[in-house]
Amino acid sequence: MLMEIYDVIIMGSGPAGLTAGIYTSRANLKTLMVAGSKWGGQLMLTTMVENFPGFPEGIQGPDLMAAMRKQAERFEVEIKDEDVTGVDFSSRPFQISTQDSVLSAQAVIVATGAEFKWLGLPNEQKLIGRGVSACATCDGAFFKDKKVVVVGGGDAAMEEALYLTKFVGEVTIVHRRAEFKASKIMQDKVFANAKIKVNWNSEVKDVLGESKVEGVVTTTGSIECDGLFVAIGHTPATKLFAEKIDLDPKFFAKRLGEKYPTMSNIEGVFVAGDVHDCRYRQAITAAGYGCEAALDAERWLSENT
Amino acid sequence: MAAAHLTKADFDEKIKTGVAMVDFWAEWCGPCKMAAPVIDQLSDEYAGKVLIGKVDVDAEGELAQKFGVMSIPTVILFKDGVEIGRQVGFAGKQGYLDLLKKAGI
Repeated sequence: MLMEIYDVIIMGSGPAGLTAGIYTSRANLKTLMVAGSKWGGQLMLTTMVENFPGFPEGIQGPDLMAAMRKQAERFEVEIKDEDVTGVDFSSRPFQISTQDSVLSAQAVIVATGAEFKWLGLPNEQKLIGRGVSACATCDGAFFKDKKVVVVGGGDAAMEEALYLTKFVGEVTIVHRRAEFKASKIMQDKVFANAKIKVNWNSEVKDVLGESKVEGVVTTTGSIECDGLFVAIGHTPATKLFAEKIDLDPKFFAKRLGEKYPTMSNIEGVFVAGDVHDCRYRQAITAAGYGCEAALDAERWLSENT
Repeated sequence: MAAAHLTKADFDEKIKTGVAMVDFWAEWCGPCKMAAPVIDQLSDEYAGKVLIGKVDVDAEGELAQKFGVMSIPTVILFKDGVEIGRQVGFAGKQGYLDLLKKAGI
């Protein structure tokens, strides 16, 4: 059977990937999105998104992503909720493998985003779902009137801590530095909240408990608690692309094109969103990068096929 | 056919014999919304072989507590009423297929 060759395959289904899909499909490029078995990206784990333009009252992260997906589907982006298992960029058309299929395309947009970073504590993985959590919005309600620890110093950590105060009795933010890197508005909300206290210059070394979390050990002492919420950021999801495209020392995909600024070192392979963006990492910037990559791919295809 | 909603009243009876896979979820949980269509799909694919059910943790807090569910979605696999495995967090269809393998399915 002759394999169907897509004009563009997009890997990833966050704001970057879905925006790219809306643009390529509207440019009449036959577009396939390999969305991942967990589609939607980081916003699927958030609650109210208040800084995405167009939603004066804010919008729930999962609702925003569902709307973007619907918009991409309206323009006939074909979406597979499968994970990419391998890529071959050594010849064209490029090949992308998933659990169930091998797909090929003239151009590829890598928009795989970033993966959640755990602390790497000895007992951390064992206690996930038993008090160790990556998602306050998913799990906060199980900690009614309890004591929890949040680790991190960015906006995500502030958001987790603030959200948790709706349920818990007390939140301790453990942060390894003497100040947060979170935005001023988020920091102010945290400092104004009587339920939140902060342990500065402290690092979590382990989490205690057998069948559920009972406490954490930090470099500045132990804390009794029922929950540990980790929010120390993300690393780019580029494991599949090691030695396939150029990555920087922190494993972000590099944009190296001159004529097509979003192109990687491989002609026809474009990158968009948190997978390459070590600086801004916003839903709206990711969407913008997705648009850029789609426009570049469209122009490159018109000149190279 | 969507997965059956289970409650405190019928839970024990429903999972008592055979293999059952139960999704603990809530309306306010983003990853649960990703899991829901997969759970429904599995409920079709395994109809007659595995009872695939859902428990709304808001309405059925006691059940969630009984099974120590502190994170959702949590999917628990039972054989003849005894827990033999669980998947915490949405793991994609493959994650649930791997879980079912623990029951020899």
